[in-house]
Amino acid sequence: MFTEEIMPPPAPAHTPVDILRFNTCGSVDDGKSTLIGRLLYDSKSLMEDQVEALERSADITSGGQINLANLTDGLRAEREQGITIDVAYRYFATPRRKFIIADTPGHVQYTRNMVTGASNANVSIILVDARLGVIEQSRRHTAIASLLRIPHLVVAINKMDIVGWSEARFNEIRAQFEEFLPRLDIKDVKFIPLSALNGDNVVTASPHTPWYPGPPLLGHLESVHIGSDWNLHGFRLPVQWVNRPNNPRDPALHDFRGFSGQIAGGVVRVGQKILALPAGLATTVKQIWTLDGPLTEAFCPQSVTLVLEHDIDISRGSMLIGLDETLPGAGTDLHAKVCWMHPRPLQRGKKYLLKHTSSTVQAVVTEIEHRLDITSLEPESVPSELALNDLGEIRIRTARPLFYDSYATNRLTGSFILIEPGTNATVAAGMLLPARELVKPEAADYII
Amino acid sequence: MTNYHLDHLQHLETEAIHIMREVAGEFERPALLFSGGKDSICLLRLAEKAFRPSDLPLPLLNVDTGHHFPELNEFRDRRATELGAKLIVRRVEDAIASGIASPAPGEISRNKLQIPTLLAAIEEFRFDCCIGGARRDEEKARAKERFFSYRDSFGQWDPKNQRPEIWNLYNGRLHSGENMRVFPLSNWTEMDVWEYIGRERLEVPSIYFSHRRECVRRHGQWLPVSPFLPLKPQEQTRELVVRVRTIGDIISTGLVESPAETVDDIITEIAAARVTERGSRSDDKASEAAMEDRKKAGYF
Ligand SMILES: Nc1nc2c(ncn2[C@@H]2O[C@H](COP(=O)(O)OP(=O)(O)O)[C@@H](O)[C@H]2O)c(=O)[nH]1
Repeated sequence: MFTEEIMPPPAPAHTPVDILRFNTCGSVDDGKSTLIGRLLYDSKSLMEDQVEALERSADITSGGQINLANLTDGLRAEREQGITIDVAYRYFATPRRKFIIADTPGHVQYTRNMVTGASNANVSIILVDARLGVIEQSRRHTAIASLLRIPHLVVAINKMDIVGWSEARFNEIRAQFEEFLPRLDIKDVKFIPLSALNGDNVVTASPHTPWYPGPPLLGHLESVHIGSDWNLHGFRLPVQWVNRPNNPRDPALHDFRGFSGQIAGGVVRVGQKILALPAGLATTVKQIWTLDGPLTEAFCPQSVTLVLEHDIDISRGSMLIGLDETLPGAGTDLHAKVCWMHPRPLQRGKKYLLKHTSSTVQAVVTEIEHRLDITSLEPESVPSELALNDLGEIRIRTARPLFYDSYATNRLTGSFILIEPGTNATVAAGMLLPARELVKPEAADYII
Repeated sequence: MTNYHLDHLQHLETEAIHIMREVAGEFERPALLFSGGKDSICLLRLAEKAFRPSDLPLPLLNVDTGHHFPELNEFRDRRATELGAKLIVRRVEDAIASGIASPAPGEISRNKLQIPTLLAAIEEFRFDCCIGGARRDEEKARAKERFFSYRDSFGQWDPKNQRPEIWNLYNGRLHSGENMRVFPLSNWTEMDVWEYIGRERLEVPSIYFSHRRECVRRHGQWLPVSPFLPLKPQEQTRELVVRVRTIGDIISTGLVESPAETVDDIITEIAAARVTERGSRSDDKASEAAMEDRKKAGYF
């Protein structure tokens, strides 16, 4: 196979090479806000005016001592209640990476919040208080990370200073985790002993843990391999917008008809045979148009505009797929896991709008198969409804067929949201299970 | 094997293009807020990336406070013409004259008056979605902002009543009279914006680069001397070599002393900076909750 030997020029010191998204979860008082504050503070991502504001508020709230947790407590109402109530995002960069933190709080609405904050994450950090060890919340957070198929997990065992930097305690907690981890489908787990308050093993290695051979948290986040977190098998392009210039000045564009979207899986090349769904017609990629010039190939998650050989009926919500690899499922009967996100419970027989990639269809929930135990993800009961923060397995029938992958193979074509008609509220996040029937390409003919 | 890898700017770019196209696909009458400032310059390039070779399927909208830097308005108008885009400008001055906006006695800042002027423009053109250039890293109240930020029929933002955003699935459904604000640059930082401007070779208004200007010291910062900012007795002006880091009104934009003459110089300067960009705007200084209050009232 042909190997490209060309090395990119070394990046200047201030240019991060890629983006890592992570979320932090823990129960109240595990030290989540302190940890994020410490990461920002010690990596010198804070500016003087932010530190000043921190010092100003320290005078009022904590008797003059800087409170790192204040950095991440966003809105005034929340500061007044002393809690964070939603997902907040933070940004910082080191010479190696740019980081996006989704800060998801660990109280009442936590399942919903964590699902929201973690849905795009490469890494989930689960905070554990070293004194308390594994508690119910830790199991839940881990289960949700596994359900969402977050590729990498970090178990940050915090407040090690209070347990005298005991290696035995660290190993004990680690063993507690390793007992239930195999039942959850998580491949990459890293355990780190730290003190967010004092900064041990957060940005710099701690002198208190000679028995811990690994990197500090930031070092791990800088080096964890995320290159393969995107799906590069099985081309999928959900069409977002049909690109048809009106009265173009350039005569070459008179017949231009392009299909714009973000590639949700795989790779596409000029000359490749593809199938347009739901039309079910095959054609060939004539051009991959971008503002920066035409490409010979494009890959997930690039945004492109495809020009095709034949004039097929394609509009927003159509899906273009490759024919040479795994084919997507097709059908109106869906089987999915959902996280219920709204105070009004899910009831069988109720109609919703289902948004999947760029298409929105009417849907009815035909069955609630079971509620899932929130720490083991095992079926727990057969309920008549799912309430806020419940996880469940349901069956849905849609008014039009959907073309989809299982969430396990593709996060982008295997996920959906449910919208309640009338209120327009987003009420559920759904993860599709493998389809019974796949798209049948042999039924698809070239149009002449 | 080819290495299918996107760097951080390419990631931010494809995310933003996806959002722009969702707007074009889901809304009847969207608009893009274009001030001529650096963030909206990036937005405009992203709109080109999303929609070319077609014309931009949405007009540009700007609320002119009457206290804009003249360089900014000149740039705004010229850029719109170059791109063949439709530009709609609504003036605070006119909104005051027609009673839509009423200044508080003695207040010179036009900052608050932008809100009713913008809301009136949204109503006039029945815009159901406005794309804005706000970033979450700008300050705390924005850190929880969504990509698709829902506003009720009074244009108000309720931080507790926002829709969860999961994966890249945005819920853009509205009732009539309601409105969505969409922020494709949510995940960008000030550094990303300048790196993108550098990579794309985008033109920016001259005031972002260092120039000589008469300044006056107030509230710990240098403000530009202009007809809108009468000098107080005993105030001394000084001519300094300065540039703007973030553009607000000419009466409230703090200037930073800087020799930066190119985008690369600016990037180097930001990499070494010790103060956030909003730290140079006196309208945000008043209180930490200032932005939060303005957002609730319908500001971006
Ligand atoms: N001793 C010790 N205390 C900590 C550590 N991390 C956090 N704390 C304290 O634990 C309390 C809760 O921390 P906070 O960050 O607000 O927790 P959150 O609710 O998870 O955000 C605060 O009093 C912190 O000072 C640590 O590593 N060691």
